[in-house]
Parts: sequence; structure tokens; C-alpha cells
Amino acid sequence: MGNVSSIIFQRLLLGLVTLLIVSIVIFVAVNLLPGDFAELILGQGATPEAVSTIRRDLGLDQPLIVRYMQWLGGIATGDLGTSFAQLNFKTNLGGAGDVGVIDQILPRLSNTMFLALVTAAIAVPLAVTLGVLAALFRNTVFDRVANVATLSSISSPEFFMAYVLILFLAVLNPILPSLSNIFEGMSFTERLEKSMLPALTLTLVVTAHMMRMTRAAIINLLASPYIEMARLKGMSPMRVIVKHALPNALAPIINVIALNLAYLVTGVVVVEVVFVYPGIGQLFVDSVKIRDIPVVQACCLIFAAAYILLNLTADILSILSNPRLRHPK
Amino acid sequence: MSELLEIRNLRLEGRSDEQWNPIINGVDLTLKKGEVLGLIGESGAGKSTLGLAAMGFTRDGVRISSGTVEFDGIDLVNASAAVKRGLLGKRIAYVAQSAAASFNPAHKIIDQHVEAPVQHGVESRAASIKDGIALYERLRLPNPGEIGFRYPHQVSGGQLQRAMTAMAMSCRPDLIIFDEPTTALDVTTQIEVLASVRDIVEQFDTAAIYITHDLAVVAQMADTIKVLLKGDEVETAETREMLSSPKEDYTKSLWAVRSFERPTKPAVNTGATPVVSIRNVDAAYGTVPVLHDVSFDIHEGRTVAVVGESGSGKSTTARCITGLLPPKKGEVLFDGEVLPANYKQRNKHQLRQAQMIYQMADTALNPRMAIGQIISRPVQFYTGLTGKGLRRRVDQLLDQIELEPDQYYNRLPSELSGGQKQRIGIARALAAEPKFIICDEVTSALDQLVAEGILRLLAKLQDSLKLSYMFITHDLATVRAISDEVVVMKEGRVVEQGEKRAMFTPPHHAYTDLLLSSVPEMDPDWLTNLLNERGVDNIGDAAVGKM
Repeated sequence: MGNVSSIIFQRLLLGLVTLLIVSIVIFVAVNLLPGDFAELILGQGATPEAVSTIRRDLGLDQPLIVRYMQWLGGIATGDLGTSFAQLNFKTNLGGAGDVGVIDQILPRLSNTMFLALVTAAIAVPLAVTLGVLAALFRNTVFDRVANVATLSSISSPEFFMAYVLILFLAVLNPILPSLSNIFEGMSFTERLEKSMLPALTLTLVVTAHMMRMTRAAIINLLASPYIEMARLKGMSPMRVIVKHALPNALAPIINVIALNLAYLVTGVVVVEVVFVYPGIGQLFVDSVKIRDIPVVQACCLIFAAAYILLNLTADILSILSNPRLRHPK
Repeated sequence: MSELLEIRNLRLEGRSDEQWNPIINGVDLTLKKGEVLGLIGESGAGKSTLGLAAMGFTRDGVRISSGTVEFDGIDLVNASAAVKRGLLGKRIAYVAQSAAASFNPAHKIIDQHVEAPVQHGVESRAASIKDGIALYERLRLPNPGEIGFRYPHQVSGGQLQRAMTAMAMSCRPDLIIFDEPTTALDVTTQIEVLASVRDIVEQFDTAAIYITHDLAVVAQMADTIKVLLKGDEVETAETREMLSSPKEDYTKSLWAVRSFERPTKPAVNTGATPVVSIRNVDAAYGTVPVLHDVSFDIHEGRTVAVVGESGSGKSTTARCITGLLPPKKGEVLFDGEVLPANYKQRNKHQLRQAQMIYQMADTALNPRMAIGQIISRPVQFYTGLTGKGLRRRVDQLLDQIELEPDQYYNRLPSELSGGQKQRIGIARALAAEPKFIICDEVTSALDQLVAEGILRLLAKLQDSLKLSYMFITHDLATVRAISDEVVVMKEGRVVEQGEKRAMFTPPHHAYTDLLLSSVPEMDPDWLTNLLNERGVDNIGDAAVGKM
């Protein structure tokens, strides 16, 4: 096992390095955005004096490197900075205390995570089961129908799938609410009910990819001698696939699942907008609009971390799914 | 008494190029309880297809077109999938060629062993595990109580092959199909597997079909031998009768292969400079030492066979000579001059003098290049010929390897047979006009008749071009056929070397003796006699010592 833990440690270290590089890219890219917060907020009254005052207040007059180091230092101590927009509020209206980026992001992030988890809980078992069944009944009507259905759902735009679901499940048959206005203090079941439609929409979006990979990975193995051996031992087709093929097909399946989970955290803006779901995607888009740089940067960083972490987990799980690495000679 | 297995006029077809082509053309086969039938033939003869059909099983793209397969009165051709599943594993079992590939890498050996008994409801998991351990003991596996609880990759090939035989035995079937179970093994390991297979088949009075391309092996195992050629039965006879008086020409030609032997060449003049001289070479992959103080010479026009089991360092020595793996210590001399250790530092002249022919002609030829291109490239690179001169030289090379130039120049490797591909490999090596060629197991992947053709060609080329060969092989019959000198390697060391005649006459080094005596002979009593001679315990020890 020493072998495996050292591999995991290496991967973790690599993940950290990747995150650092990503943070540089994010910082540079965000600062390359045309226009800045000061000009945008002042609008018509953007006199050079006013602009430079605001810029100085926000620290935007400092050189890029200094700002980056300050930002990085902040992250290391858990301080993601203060939102420009909230800052503005305070100075103008004498509001109560600073609202840090963290306080702004956390509730949104937890909403997004909740939606992602609900979706994953539905989509992953569904996709893997469909994939196994498609492999078992390959080239039959079931296989084709499953393929066509999932492929059409992934090929249509997300908002379209969302509206179709709203039409059938909220308008024609009012089973589920079409608005997902989640707020604090809601009970779990209430939340679940409210987020069911966006979760179903996302399920339709991510299932095809995972299902097709499960099917392909299993079918790839069906020509192996050990599969033939299992058949020659008189094992049922279901047992051959679930017991003999699936454990050896896990690595590619896990990787595709991780990619899709990462998408659920980072790429769901459209669905959030359709259902007015208060997730991090909406916050991100709003912040870009008003050049609220600290929030944009923090969101980017969280997205990057989600990608890296999920891929890292997938890497480690696929290593663990290989008995050669789990049990060295 | 009724027959256990009865196959009547069985025809099988395989799908390729959008049509069904015959694989087996009406073969009959009868097997009584406890009888062992040897099925022999070259690759493509349909042995495995027939063996699987005897289980009522066909691979994807193969179908039974007519004929009957009856197992104990059950019609396997028309039986439902469920009925067949009830028989497979329980009453009919299968032992595959490569145990390493046929054990599922994701499960422990014992879990795969108990699967059939538990799923078929023969016995409980606990009882089956106990029985498995008893079988491992009987098959002389080391640590029988513990070995099953390992994963397949943690066990050596020979041990896995025995574990697979144990697995086939788990439900005490009436019939076992052995599909080339020892082909992938070294001779010394092969004996252990053969002995244990024979022992266990006798013990439980199991009927068996033993598929192989090796006559000497089948002679040890079978009561009856059936010879197949391209899907047709050539002849069937009781083993001793088949060996002593084969009737058909094809069968006789199979027997004749082992009689090819080159005349002994005069000894090397003392003081002559060897073409290649390996001096005290040590080599390692990373920090793992592979070669220890390897030294031998190869003289002009002579063949040095390097023999040993897999992992003994034969191919690594070749890599040191070609400079692919710079040695840690020692040097390689060519015509008396020290060669730079790394091939990157060698000049074109030094590079062209040593060429290689590989074991797998399939993977050694670029599948997208035509034969003409494959041979042209080295000709152009080393001799600078272009245009008509180049074409003339390629044609000449094709002539030398006995392939009609106009017919083969534009073909792709996939359109050639295994033997022809290997000939292209030879032509490519000759293109550089070398003095020295390393042949790395060049005949191991070929059928005996084809292999013999390659050996004869190599011998002819050696005589006409004064080539020196380093011939890497684990097959001692090949060594006997082609070599002038023999170098025996074990665990990265040269254990014995000398003239072929001296090597094949006693006294030998103990290891050479073990290798030599392990080569199966045509005598059906050979295995029995050998086991008696060595003493059964001795074999077990050899097995443990090797692992």
C-alpha cells in the first residue's frame, strides 16, 4: 500500500501546483478584461478624479504583481477579499460592516453543491445501470432506444430541455414547482422538491456521456479471454457483465463521471437562470457584468479547484480500482 | 457403453469480408469416458474452433452450419442457452492457452475457482475453497493453502496454468478441453504443468480433448491423436500407432520437421578475430541488475544460439550489442574494435554491421507501408541507392528471401502469411548488407513447417553471404537444428558455453541438463520415464526453486 499512498501524495502535490498556475492565469485574464469597476460604477459622471479616487480606494492603482501577491496571501489565510459592489454600498449608504467575498459566495456555493449532489444521486446510478443494460442487450431495440434518447437529450440546448420539463411537469401536470427559489431555513424535503426540476434537467444533460462510456468500456472488454472464460464456466450474461467486465471497466467510467460532476458544479448557469435557482453560476455572471473582480476571481478559483479535486479523486479511484496497484507483487 | 461426446459431420463457418467461409469441413469425433484425445495441427487448422464447438460454444462471428454435437445424449447444437450454461463449467470445463489472460485480473484466484461450483449449486463456498486448496496441493502448487488468496498478477505463469487446471476441475467435470495449455511456457515449466494435468485427468477419470501444435507434447498426453489440416481431418489413430507409422504425407511431413539439422562446420581457427565479442558485460534496467559478467564471441559465418528461460537476459544481451541499452560495465567489440556503448554515438558503418530480426513479424513491420517501401528504406539509408538501382536491389533482396518481387513489391504486410512476414523481416535486415544479424526468437511464433522453412533460408543465406548469427531462442530443437555454438544463460549469467556437439553430449552443467532433459520427445513414455528418473519430489523442488 505504500506504493499507492505515495502516488496519492504525488497527485495531491501536483494538484496544488496546478491550482497555483491556474490562479495566475485567472488573475491575469480577469485584469485583462476591458473597462473597470470604477468607470462602470460612475457611469456618466466618470471624471478622471473620481475614477482615480475609487481606484486608489480599491487598490487598483497598485502594480499587477503586488495585487496578485496580496490576493494570494489573502487566499492562503482564507480571506478572498471584499466585493467591490458591497464596498460601494457601505461607503454610500453607511451600511453595516464589510461583506467579504466568502460570505457572499458560501451560501450560493452550498446551493450549487446541493443541486449537484441531488443530480449526481439521480444521474450516476441511472447512467451506469443504463450503460450496463445497454452492454448486456447490445444491438437490440433497448440499446438503440437508450442511445437515441440520451443522445437527443444531450444534443438539445439545456434551456430547451428545461422548458420541455417545465411544460410537462409543472404546467400540464403540476407536479413540481417551476421556480426554484431556495432560501435559508427551508426544510430538506422542501429544498429537494424545489430543486427537483433543475436536477432532472441536468440529469438529462449528463446521463448520455456517462452511459455511453459505461457501455463502451464494458463492450471493449467482452472480447478478452477472461470474459470468454467466464462464459465457458456457464455464468449468466448478467453475471459476466456485472461481475467480470464491470470491475475492469471502472477506470474510464470513473473519469467520465468526474468530468460530469465537475460540469455540474461549474457549468450550470443556464439552468440556474431558467429556474431562478440562486446558485454560484448566477452570482458569477452578475459579477462579471459589473466587473466585481474579487468575486469573479474567487468564483474562477472555486471552479478550478472543483475541476482539479474531482479529477484528482477520479485518478485516485481508478488507481485503486486496479488490483495490480492495490496489491503489488 | 454409450459415448460421452459424439461429433458427427460437423461444419463451422466464420464470417469475414462480408461472407461466411468454412473453418471446419465435416469432422467426426468420438470420445469415451476417461479418454484423452489429442487434436493437432498448424495455426488456422481450426483446432480451437473445434474444441470450443465440442462445448457447444462458438466465438462471435463463427457459426455451426451443419452436423451434430452430442454430449452424454444432449444435443449441444440445438440446446437452449440456459441448458448449455447448466453444462458449462459443471460437466464440461475449459483450460485456456494463456492463464494470465484468462483469469480475471480484478478477482482473487480462489474467488474465480469457487464461482462455478457455487453458481451451479454443486457445493457451498466453504466446501469449494477447501476442495480448491486440496487440488492446489495435488497439482504441486507452492503454499497451496495461501496461493489461491492472491490476485492472478501475483502468481507466475506456470502456477497460474495449474491453478486454471484446478479451476476446471472444481466441479469434477466429465470432459475438459485443454486449448494449448503449455504453449506459452518455458520447457522446464511445461513439464510441471504436463505432469500435473496428466495426473489429475487420470485421478478423476476425466475425458479430455488436448489441443496443441506440438507433437511431442501430445504424445505424452493423449490416448488417440487426430490430425487436422485447414479444417479437414487428415487422420486419426491410437497414439503409438500414429507415432510409429503415420499414413498420410502431411502427417509424415509434421514428423519430419524435427529431423532438420545442419552439418557441423569446421572449428574456428585459433587466433581469428571474432566478428562480435561481448566482454564482461553487466547491464541493468534502472537499478535492477539484469546481466552479470556476460562474455562470449561470435565468429564469421557461424551461428551462436543463446538459450535460456524467459527472464534469463537473452534479449537484454542483444540490446547491449545493438547499443539500445548501454552496458553498465564491460564492452562490445566488432571486428576487434570497441563499439561506442550507446547506438547514438555509433556511425553509419558501425550501425549497418549489426541488424536485427524480431520475434513478432506482425508488429515489427509497419502495417501501412508496402513491402517494397519497407525494404527500400534501409537500402536507401545505408547504400544511398535511388531510382532504378534501388528497385533492382529490392528485387534482388526479395529474390534472396524466395518471394517473387513483382508479386510482393506492392503488397501490405496484412496480405502476407506469418512466415512470409518473417521473410520480409529478414530482407529488411539484409538490406543493410550486415556481417552480423541478431535473430530474436524468430521462429517462436510460427508453425513447425513454416519455422523450418525460415531456418533453412537463414542457413542458406549464411552460407552465401558469410553471415554471423546470434540466435536467441528458448526452443532447444531449433538450437539443435541451426547452431554451431551454444551459450546457456540463467538469471543474467552465462552458465555454460561451447560447441554444439559438446553441449548436447554429457556431462552438462546441471542447469543445461535440466533444460535439455525437459524438451519433450516423441516417445509416448518419455514423460513417465523422466518423472521416474527425476523422482516426483524433484519436480516439485524444481518448481519451487524456479518461482
